[in-house]
Formats: sequence, C-alpha cells, structure tokens
Amino acid sequence: MSSPPPSPPLFACRNLTKRYGDTTVVSDLSFEIAPGECLGVIGPNGAGKTTTIRMCLGLTVPDSGTVHALGLQMPQDALAIKAQLGVVSQMDTLDPDFSCAENLLVYGRYFGMQDAAIRARIPALLEFASLTSKANAKPGELSGGMKRRLSLARALVNDPKLLLLDEPTTGLDPQARHLMWERLQLLLQQGKSILLTTHFMDEAERLCTRLLVLDHGKKIAEGKPRDLIAQHLEPDVVEVYGVGALALVESPHSPLRALASRVEVSGETVFFYTSNAPELLQALHAHPQLRILHRPANLEDLFLKLTGRKIREEG
Amino acid sequence: MKSVAVNAHSTGARGLKGTSNSIWRLPQLSLRFWPVFLRNLLVWRKLAIPSLVGNIAEPLMWLVAFGYGMGALVGQITVPGVGGDVQVPYILFLASGSICMSAMQAASFEALYSAFSRMHVQKTWDGIMNAPVGLDDIVLAEMLWAAFKSLFTVTAILGVMLALNISHSPKLLVAWPILLGVGITFSCIALIFNALATGYDFFTYYFTLFLTPMMFLSGVFFPLEQLPFAVRVVADWLPLSNAVALVRPLFMDQWPANTARHALVLLAYTGVSFWVALALTRKRFRA
Repeated sequence: MSSPPPSPPLFACRNLTKRYGDTTVVSDLSFEIAPGECLGVIGPNGAGKTTTIRMCLGLTVPDSGTVHALGLQMPQDALAIKAQLGVVSQMDTLDPDFSCAENLLVYGRYFGMQDAAIRARIPALLEFASLTSKANAKPGELSGGMKRRLSLARALVNDPKLLLLDEPTTGLDPQARHLMWERLQLLLQQGKSILLTTHFMDEAERLCTRLLVLDHGKKIAEGKPRDLIAQHLEPDVVEVYGVGALALVESPHSPLRALASRVEVSGETVFFYTSNAPELLQALHAHPQLRILHRPANLEDLFLKLTGRKIREEG
Repeated sequence: MKSVAVNAHSTGARGLKGTSNSIWRLPQLSLRFWPVFLRNLLVWRKLAIPSLVGNIAEPLMWLVAFGYGMGALVGQITVPGVGGDVQVPYILFLASGSICMSAMQAASFEALYSAFSRMHVQKTWDGIMNAPVGLDDIVLAEMLWAAFKSLFTVTAILGVMLALNISHSPKLLVAWPILLGVGITFSCIALIFNALATGYDFFTYYFTLFLTPMMFLSGVFFPLEQLPFAVRVVADWLPLSNAVALVRPLFMDQWPANTARHALVLLAYTGVSFWVALALTRKRFRA
C-alpha cells in the first residue's frame, strides 16, 4: 500500500474558514484525502462537520481557503468535480413518487448518463443495496436502513472515485448499521475513497483509516484511530459506580487516585484512566458493594477527553 | 450538452472577481436543466389524468355559469381591434379572457405549491445539487415545467371551447404559443415568491393580494374601459391585462392592436422576474 512515491491527494482543503455573522463555524481547517483512504470526521453537534462537507461540495462558499479535488478547484469547477463524486447527505432526499429503480434512473440522468447505460447499472446497484426485491417499491414503503442504502446506491450511480457521506448510519438499528458498514468496507476494497462524518465511535474505529476530530470549527486532533488513542490516553479504563463510588475519590489525597493517571467523575460514575490496572483493581476489591467495569481505552474516551462531557446546546 | 457547460464555465471565469459570487451575477444556464424537467414530467405522468380534471373543471364551470348566465343579461360587448370595434357575445369575451387567467393560475400554482414542495419539503433540489446540476438550471427547469403544465391546462380548455363552439377562429393557432408565453411570465413571477416563502401559508397572500385583484383589473370579466381613469393607468401595465389584450382579438379572428407594446411588457416582466427569482433563490440556498 505504501509504495513510494506517495500518490497526490485526491482531495485537499486548505485553511477553510466560514463565518456566519460573528460566529466562526469553521476555522482554518486543512485536510487531505489520499486515494483509497477513508477519512472520518468526528465532532460534537455544531462542530462544523456539515458546513465543511457543504464547502467541499461548493454549496457553501468559504470566507477564505481553497478546496481542490481530482485536479480541479472549487467553486469554479464544481460541476466537473461533482460529476466524479458520490454524496449521501444527512437527510434522505429520495424522490417519494418514484420506485427504487426509478430513483436510480432519474438520478443518473443528472450526471448526463444515457438511459440505457443507467438501466444496465440498476440491477447491480440494487443488489449492492440489498434492495433487489424492492426494485418497484417506493421509498415510503422502505425501512430506515433500506432508505439509507438506496441513498448510497444512488450516490454510486456515476461510479464515483470519492464518496462524501454525512452521518450515513444515524438513526439505524444495529443490523442495518452493520450491513451499511459491510457495504462501505466493500467499496473501500474496490479502491474508492470515502469522507465520512459520524457520531458513532465504533463506526469511526472500524471504517476509518484516519480521523479528524473537530470542535468549535477547529481541528483538535488528526491521525489513525489506534495512534490517537495511544497518544492521548492511558491503555486502561476502570469505571466504578454504585453506593459509595463518589466517596472513593472525594479527597484529593485518596490513595486510589495515586493508582490512576487521571480520574473523572460523570454523574454517579468514576472513571479511572490508568496504566496500572491490576493494582487499581486489587485495591478496589476492598469495596465489594461497588460495580466495576474494566476495559481498554477506546475512541469514545478519546473523544470525550478532547471535546468534554458537557451536552452541547445545539445537541 | 458539453459545449454549453464549457460556455457557462468561461462566463464564470470572465466574471469580475468581486461580483462572481454576487446573487445578482448573470444566470448560468445550460442544457443540464433537461433531466430536472424530465424528472417532473415523470412524476406528473403518473398523476396526469386526475390532475387534468382538477385543472380544467373549475375554469370551465366559471365559463359556463358566467358566460351563459351573465351572457344572457349582458348580451353583446364591444371589443376594440385593429380593424375597428367589433361586437361579440359575452361568452366569447369571457372565454378569451379566462383562458389567460387559467394560464396564469396553472403556472402560479405549480411554481408555488409544487415547486416549494420539491425545494423545501422533499429537499429534491438539494439532492439534485449533489449531482453536477447547478441551482440556476434547477430554477430554469422549474420555470419551464410550470409553463409546460400551464400550457397543458390551456390546451385542454381550448379543446373544450372548440367543442362548445365558442370560437373557431384559425388565429387560435397563434394564441396557443402566446399562452405558453403567458405561462412563462407567471412562472417567473411566482418563483420570486417561492424563493421568499417560509411555508405554504405564504402563498395565500400572493393569491389573494396579487392574483385575485389582478384578475378584476385585467379585463377578464368586463372591459377595461369600465374602470376609472386612475385605475386604468395601473391596469394597463399589469401582466395579465397585456396578455388578455394579445389573446382576445385572436379569438375573434382579429389581429391585436399595439402588439409590440403588449409583448414588450410581458417580456420585461418575464426577464426581470426570472433574474430576481434566481437572485433570491441563490440567496436562500447560500446559507
């Protein structure tokens, strides 16, 4: 995979800034997507994820900064760039009056494709979306997961090089989400590149080769999921809750505190972030009334460490 | 399609740096509007027959009830033409005015309620703009689509008028493309209000405060000569009154007087409205 010389980026944003009135929604954001890469953009509500995608699509004009894609530049080459992109937006924009097959046909025409060429692709696209049996059903008759998969199939009608997916699995049940992940992994294996925004850390960890953490419109971390966790967090997390849990760490001189590099209290639960889990667990044996969960640190811990535990107003 | 896209591109590059992002920049139109028009056609084909009944039933009821009922009271009406005044039965007078009104209403309805559904409620436009189709082409497609639907309604009503033997003037063949133009004019005007709308309720104002008064001030139901002078000065510049002035004589197998003036007024309304509608729609989608 890492054959020198490195291929030029498929997509590159440089110093993007967008303000609405006095609010800076995106601030000096730069990133690249390499061919075959899946870049995940994570961040709390209002972090600027959707605005970033809209600027990438030329739908929102940045106050400063540039967007280059496939050797072309936004916004002047917007149509030529979009001809090679596939987009799944946060809200489904499927045509309610058309069947699944008609949705694909009509969407393909927007790319200037001939009807015969689109019709030839429709069976494979429906198959990919596991919707073959629903070819003549209208979106109103589909489940949430089916609609999202139809949106994905629609985004593939022009055989794009790069997919921009804005929260493709939000609101889906676990089965539907896993099916979506399978399909996205298949696309990555076929050599497509993906830009993905998500609220699900397991999704980001599973699919993304690289992550971008946004908060308040700024990039606050960037890297491979495992590297980011290793770089910012202790390897183990011990969660303690139940009667007396909070009392354990009330005193700043509590001996348990010494066994963790970082202690966080959220609601009724104490989180110990530690490189010395065995000793900490040993010490906690003295409190059998407590409920204890020991697990490796994950992306969600990283996310909460970087963006805080407070609920956002926009959320 | 390719050459048009290249043209649009070079226009963009030529545009002044400071103004290229202005909502008032020149329209960037291309043949990419066509698949959007086809999309609306495909939806409509599924619902055409029921919608046809709704589109022509009401205007015909007006025509029959008013034309024959009032016609019996009014008798003949004097209409000025190129070759001097002509006396015509009231139903012919009314039919020639009300067909313009139908063109106006069909175009307005489609460019308001239906376009708003696609733009705001279903987010169809957002989906299309993720493909290589620009907003300007979508607005153009909606405008032509509303005009097409209006022409369809007008054609159906004309058919019934022929069957009822209201007019058999061969000049109706000229009236037909003019009525398409009337549909285009009112589509453009309606798209301004579509761009400004926050919800369907907004359109009630447009119909009750703008279209309904215009119906009464445009010579559809009675000759403009009946109006006080001050009102007539305003009425002479309304788009519907200019449309009626062009179409009515053709129903009587006459050529209209002052053709250039009426046509120019309609063209001016069309051009200015389309540009304003485009600018306001760009503003709406800029956020």
